[in-house]
Amino acid sequence: MNQSYVKRLIFIASLWPILSLGIAIFQSNLGANPVEFIERHFGKWALIFLCLTLSMTPLRKITNISEWILYRRMLGLFVFFYASIHLLCYIGLDYQFAWVDIKNDIIKHRYVLVGFLAWLLLLPLAITSSDKMMRRLKVNWKRLHRLSYVIAILGVLHFIWLVKKDLTEPLIYAVIVLILLILRLNIFNRKKINH
Amino acid sequence: MTNMKKIPASDITPEHIYNDRRNFIKNLGLILSSSALSTFANTSFGALNSLPSFAQAKNHGNEKLTSLKDITSYNNYYEFGTSKSDPHDHADLLKIDPWSISIEGSVAKPLKLDVDELIKLIPIEERIYRLRCVEGWSMVIPWVGIPLHSLLKKVSPTGNAKYVEFVSLKRPSEMIGQKDDMLDWPYTEGLRLDEAMHPLTILAVGLYGKVLPKQNGAPIRLVVPWKYGFKSIKAITKIRLVEKMPVSTWMKANSKEYGFFANVNPEVDHPRWSQATERRIGESLLAPRLKTEMFNGYQKEVAHLYQGMDLSRYF
Repeated sequence: MNQSYVKRLIFIASLWPILSLGIAIFQSNLGANPVEFIERHFGKWALIFLCLTLSMTPLRKITNISEWILYRRMLGLFVFFYASIHLLCYIGLDYQFAWVDIKNDIIKHRYVLVGFLAWLLLLPLAITSSDKMMRRLKVNWKRLHRLSYVIAILGVLHFIWLVKKDLTEPLIYAVIVLILLILRLNIFNRKKINH
Repeated sequence: MTNMKKIPASDITPEHIYNDRRNFIKNLGLILSSSALSTFANTSFGALNSLPSFAQAKNHGNEKLTSLKDITSYNNYYEFGTSKSDPHDHADLLKIDPWSISIEGSVAKPLKLDVDELIKLIPIEERIYRLRCVEGWSMVIPWVGIPLHSLLKKVSPTGNAKYVEFVSLKRPSEMIGQKDDMLDWPYTEGLRLDEAMHPLTILAVGLYGKVLPKQNGAPIRLVVPWKYGFKSIKAITKIRLVEKMPVSTWMKANSKEYGFFANVNPEVDHPRWSQATERRIGESLLAPRLKTEMFNGYQKEVAHLYQGMDLSRYF
């Protein structure tokens, strides 16, 4: 199939979190705590897109189809997009730009801190995502973008530490991220080469 | 058994009508009992079919009551699951008829009775209280219940009674959240005797002038408005007066995060959530968070109970 056509399809599909929220708002389905609902909605989708982004390289290896890698950048930018909306909801909707309260919340609560760190680390990746930056940074680009592994771990920790008791959902993400990271270990790559 | 979810919306008193009714104290009992009869005809609604007339509360802070819909659809009640909507979706499985509460332990005259007998023994009254959850959200709820001290006086606590332990129900077949060992079931809570005897502490059997919905702790639950919501144990079966400080369920689950006292205190942060502010449920999407008040705004009434105590240590 035409690659740019697939890309466009993926782009449209990636807007689903916005559309589904729109539907929920339209049907007044946000529940008793709409701020929490919206905040968690985008947080969750940022995590999902993070897992999708990290799946492209393993998929390429497993399927021996190189095309997967063509969609990685766009998915990665959607991680940044939804993580930024998530952060904006927290700052603007939840805390109404009460900077002192926000500062205290970040300093005092480890789950907020790691979430914020994860977003900060996304910034340089988003900025250097263009072809031009890729060429300019050369080998360093690859090194820099390995930060995505750190971001994934911080993102999952953010979820685990938020939860009071029922760790089921955050642990599902933890297992997925763990698998995606293990698939990148050199042992797997060498095996591939030895074959 | 009546399925809570299936009561048509038209049978639930809308808030504005509820508020109008508040102006007609004398008629209220009649309205409630007749509407309850027509709604619940041929069905058994637990031990309690309707509430007798009661003295109504003044809304001192003049705060907007949280809607019945929000109060009954956004609950922490892990016996039915850990998501906020689980209690609304699953609590109807619980059979609350028959139900008995025993008051025992260090008492001269132990009691065992059902909710009907209880509210014949002690007249119910309405109390409008703020409820502050440890997770940083709050509601304003018109409870109907009895002061706990009235009940405790009836059983004559002995000199050994220093604390009051409350025990809920363990019945995994009906409380489907109990199929996981999420917490050490049955849910257990405790108060110091003076806290239990405080006039603000009530056992609730209703809200919004009607019988307590199951997701809110039917048939009978504790309400201690100056403490975080998890202290207000639901579906109580046992009240035991004891000499030693009881270990509550959340203390067992995580003693670093949940203490015995759990007084609302904006200055003592929970490791997960800031306690300085709270989000009032039912406010608009653009409403700011509210500053959390010491003892949830009941400082004048309860601060003397904790005089000289280091509240950051005894959290």
